[in-house]
Amino acid sequence: MAELMKINTEVTIAGVTFKNPVMTASGTFGSGMEYGEFVDLNKLGAVVTKGVANVPWPGNPTPRVTETYGGMLNAIGLQNPGIDVFIKRDLEFLKQYDTKVIVNVCGKSVEDYLDVVERLSDEAVDMLEINVSCPNVKEGAIAFGQKADALFDITSKIKKIAKQPVIMKLSPNVTDITEMAKAAEAAGADALSMINTITGMKIDIHRRTFALANKTGGMSGPAIKPVAVRMVYQAANAVKIPIIGMGGISNAEDAIEFLLAGASAVSIGAMNFINPYTTVETIQGIEDYMRQYQISDIKELIGAVK
Amino acid sequence: MAKRKETARVQEQTCIAPGIFDMWIETSLAQDAKPGQFINIYPDDKSTLLPRPISICEADSGQDRLRVVYRTVGKGTNEFSGYHAGKEISILGTLGNGFPVEKASGKTCFLMGGGIGIPPMLQLAKALHEQGDCEVIIIVGYRDANLFLDEELAKYGKVYIATEDGSVGSKGNVMNAIEENGLTADVIFACGPMPMLRAIKKFAEANDMEAYISLEERMACGVGACLGCVCKTTKKDHHSQVNNARICTDGPVFEAREVDI
Repeated sequence: MAELMKINTEVTIAGVTFKNPVMTASGTFGSGMEYGEFVDLNKLGAVVTKGVANVPWPGNPTPRVTETYGGMLNAIGLQNPGIDVFIKRDLEFLKQYDTKVIVNVCGKSVEDYLDVVERLSDEAVDMLEINVSCPNVKEGAIAFGQKADALFDITSKIKKIAKQPVIMKLSPNVTDITEMAKAAEAAGADALSMINTITGMKIDIHRRTFALANKTGGMSGPAIKPVAVRMVYQAANAVKIPIIGMGGISNAEDAIEFLLAGASAVSIGAMNFINPYTTVETIQGIEDYMRQYQISDIKELIGAVK
Repeated sequence: MAKRKETARVQEQTCIAPGIFDMWIETSLAQDAKPGQFINIYPDDKSTLLPRPISICEADSGQDRLRVVYRTVGKGTNEFSGYHAGKEISILGTLGNGFPVEKASGKTCFLMGGGIGIPPMLQLAKALHEQGDCEVIIIVGYRDANLFLDEELAKYGKVYIATEDGSVGSKGNVMNAIEENGLTADVIFACGPMPMLRAIKKFAEANDMEAYISLEERMACGVGACLGCVCKTTKKDHHSQVNNARICTDGPVFEAREVDI
């Protein structure tokens, strides 16, 4: 049997090198504990944690999730245990693994975000992902991600104190994604991740009420993928900083589409709920694709479709 | 054994009451199954992506097969109801904590099931029967005379029936059956609709009894990651650091006093 062709799947974002471009999308993977029963976390490019705030948040009332055609809506409301327990428990857990750790940071005010960023400065965290795009909380989050000047402001304040490279996670619920991407870049963001969920609604016609207690929720899953690919392509052509692409990725084919559109890495989100092995299967599929098309370095794929 | 997703095979399926289906699945997950646990079944139709969490009705570990009895309520369960013997399906399990059978030792127990909450009571009744150190009184509630699993349950304890229309047994619900028959017990195990569980919680508190109730909620992952299926807890939950516990992993069975329902 012929020897397998040598391939390089490493990607580098803001000076951090990932063994492969496959990460987990915040909020779909906890801090890895639950899915560690199914997949070897050492194989992942990075674990991106569920959003964490400076204090515990109770989240929204139930029902918090509902199915939609080819996807789902969620309105969890960023329930999280707060930074103290997160550092002691979740980050301690992740230290056992040879993977990069990206912590998703959320807050109600700029001060809340700064508080979390500061608390993480001496911790074993490779990058910070700033959640300015959650559509399910009343204060903070998306309020900072839908206006270019607000996004610029919070990004520059975080960049002033952050010890780790900063990824700004963008919302698709905007008129022009390139405006947001440019504002984050101008404020010093090291990278972008997109897209967060698309705001949606579902009505239960039998009970004649909203399917979610929060009325609206964030849509994710395969049904949103074309929107995400389009936005990644637009942003990649508008800014120079790297992009982590996500939105409905189910397999290697989907992941490669995002890379070709200009993403330097990808995240698996809702599909973890449907197939807990999606991350590792995607990594394997990317390697198979590279061998099939004789691509020795994954960087050849990034932004290859102009 | 760890939780896992696998391809299983449908062995047989029958309709046992209007809209109620009884399916045996050949799977090694049967070996780990405890009463009160559930499995996720994934529809083939890719427009319905999320798994359907369905409680285990019976586990035959010697034969590597699990039984689920479910009601058709939407696209996913309608698809399942069309499966025939030999059909390959994707399932994930076994999920949830299950009923604490050890709490029954030396006691008289109520096993209470309402509607589609009845199926998990069969595996529990069987397990307690095998345990052999407690007395089991089974109280099941149905909408009407379309009963199911009642004869099988009778193998493991005396069965009392309530029907909403009064066509069989006590008229009303499981609480009416307790009252009408003057039943007493030390501990309750229950699964059923929320109004029934609320009534049981109140009854247990008034009579200073332990009650283990199985809750349900809309779920996505089933493994504790998405935080979709939380219930309110009376004390701060260790995992969430707020008064929320995850039904899929911390439950679905909770001691009634631990939850605010």
